[in-house]
Amino acid sequence: MHPHPHWIDYAIIGIYFAFVLGIGVVLKKYMKTSTDFFLSGRSIPAWITGLAFLSANLGAQEVIGMGASGAKYGIATSHFYWVGAIPAMVFVGLFMMPFYYGSRARSVPEYLKLRFDEKTRGLNAISFAVMTVFSSGVSMYAMGKLLQLLLGWNFNAAIIVSALIVLAYTFLGGLTSAIYNEVLQFFLIVIGFIPLVYLGLKDVGGWDGLKARIGNDAMVHSWKYLGSPNTNPMGVEWFSMLMGLGFVLSFGYWCTDFLVVQRAMAADSMTSARRTPLIAAFPKMLFPFLVILPGMIAGVVSAATMSGNAPTEVRAETGSAIVSRTPANGEISLEGGKGIIPPKVDESGKPLVKEGKVVLDYDLATPMMLVRYFPSGLLGIGLCALMASFMSGMAGNTTAFNSVWTYDIYQSYLNKTASDEHYLWMGRASTVFGLAISVAAAYVARQFNNIMDVLQLVFAFVNAPLFATFLLGMFWKRATGNGAFCGLLSGTAAAAVHHGLTLPAGSTSGVKGGFLGVVVHQYPSEMAQNFWTAIFAWTTCFTVTIIISLLTNPRPDSELKGLVYALTDRPKDEGLSWYQKPSVLAAVVLTVLVVLNWVFW
Amino acid sequence: MGFDIRLPIGMMFSVFGLLVTGYGAATSGDAMYARHSLGININLWWGIAMVIFGAFMLLLARRGALALRSAIVHAADHEHNRPPAK
Repeated sequence: MHPHPHWIDYAIIGIYFAFVLGIGVVLKKYMKTSTDFFLSGRSIPAWITGLAFLSANLGAQEVIGMGASGAKYGIATSHFYWVGAIPAMVFVGLFMMPFYYGSRARSVPEYLKLRFDEKTRGLNAISFAVMTVFSSGVSMYAMGKLLQLLLGWNFNAAIIVSALIVLAYTFLGGLTSAIYNEVLQFFLIVIGFIPLVYLGLKDVGGWDGLKARIGNDAMVHSWKYLGSPNTNPMGVEWFSMLMGLGFVLSFGYWCTDFLVVQRAMAADSMTSARRTPLIAAFPKMLFPFLVILPGMIAGVVSAATMSGNAPTEVRAETGSAIVSRTPANGEISLEGGKGIIPPKVDESGKPLVKEGKVVLDYDLATPMMLVRYFPSGLLGIGLCALMASFMSGMAGNTTAFNSVWTYDIYQSYLNKTASDEHYLWMGRASTVFGLAISVAAAYVARQFNNIMDVLQLVFAFVNAPLFATFLLGMFWKRATGNGAFCGLLSGTAAAAVHHGLTLPAGSTSGVKGGFLGVVVHQYPSEMAQNFWTAIFAWTTCFTVTIIISLLTNPRPDSELKGLVYALTDRPKDEGLSWYQKPSVLAAVVLTVLVVLNWVFW
Repeated sequence: MGFDIRLPIGMMFSVFGLLVTGYGAATSGDAMYARHSLGININLWWGIAMVIFGAFMLLLARRGALALRSAIVHAADHEHNRPPAK
């Protein structure tokens, strides 16, 4: 089942590339200092940084991954938004942005240096830099594989072309170029996905029709079955959902990840910086409808009407029908799949079977929806939207990497006294080698899938405790550099130990856990294990930071002005209309959030 | 920043919209609509929607440019201590 893009689809993709590059070219003349390049001269209005804040995170992980989760777990996937992202975004806007923006730190690691000490910054900067280039590589690999599978494009060409385009526009226009393109990509993704959801929902008879077709009540309620891990498809109970995902992981990501925080730091004023995540929260709340619904629909519609030589009809309940397929001309076969979600296949092209059931390739749910419902013309727009999501993620990683590399590693440890011109040059150079490492990582991922799994696991260990450090750093003036550093290390160790002693059901020891030889506890699902790993890491970091801080010498208050809540003036929002005030925006966001959780309870 | 992002957004979606609308009109009744989009000529309708969105963005960009220009003129007038030209 290949789509057959016509000249019109290629024309649309070509025009999109032209605009993306054009923005970089036009912006080049504005890039005079390193501040222009890395921080957009702190001159961007809030609505633009807000959409970029959203879009930098709107990588493949979100568009493809949330569709896959939707197909697998149903509407409960919305917890990643309505419990996870949104409350964290409100928190970072209201409470944390005053320190990030007010301290004039140029990056998140630099804030850690100002607040704590050099070693805490170094730890954070290095792990962040390594993580960004590798995760950018993983998403490049995912894109290459997808375009190859879906359109029959060449894997190498897909990776090289997209990397070159991202390189060109971030090299020329720095962060501004990345941010401007993220805004463009945001609109492209929204405009590309609205007709997809419309056609899909219309086909299944609306939300009620979708519920009836899915025929599993646990897939269409977000909270109702969260009382016990055995009653919902995620295998997670409400406490670890709220604590693990809602608190530790989401706050950890949205409040401390420089990739997103950098967008707010580019804002033109403190008020704009605080409004950035709040403005982003409005469209973010509605994203489940755009990215989760297509995945849910993909599992229950048929492909029968699709092509001339119609593939055998696939019924929604054929989860276990195993039919070997002929991988003629490498096309995706739906036989044995569910709805229009194809099965995963082994090297000989046969569907993979585990415990008597076909393993589905959920990552193809959303892409198959595009192919299923878009005729030539709109297909071009849909493919652009898909590529836009990959490219915005890549560009986000690239700009975050070049700042952290240049400011927090190069300027801090390697060359402290160079001219601004030199740092601007270094920013451009690091854009090139950052992307080059990412491309290399993409090929590593292609060769050794396990190495990338291990790396991502390590990153998860490093990230889990971070939010405890920031929380204490910003709201407890007694927290010290030694406390923070020990807290981070012990939190990471706690994550590794917890992961090493537990296993999700149905897995064997290895990357999935249990590598310490003894399995102390078995979780009902991988997700539950991840949430609890995060909870353990956070709690350990929080406790150790407090204990060590109390044992070490505090810094004098005078050094912490503007860095800690108690020693910072409350931001004033004078000169704003009531509806522009961060507090009002936050109240509206939270109200809508409660309503959404209620409606899909 | 002297470069308004609404300008390229407006231009791109106007071009996309015109292209897709035109293609939709030319392929009206084609079997692909029955095959993919439930018999709806989605190219035509969504193309028109994109034209409207693109034009709206261009309008905002133009208003922004005019406002900026008059702000500059006002500032310049102010500097020269003249009454603002109306």
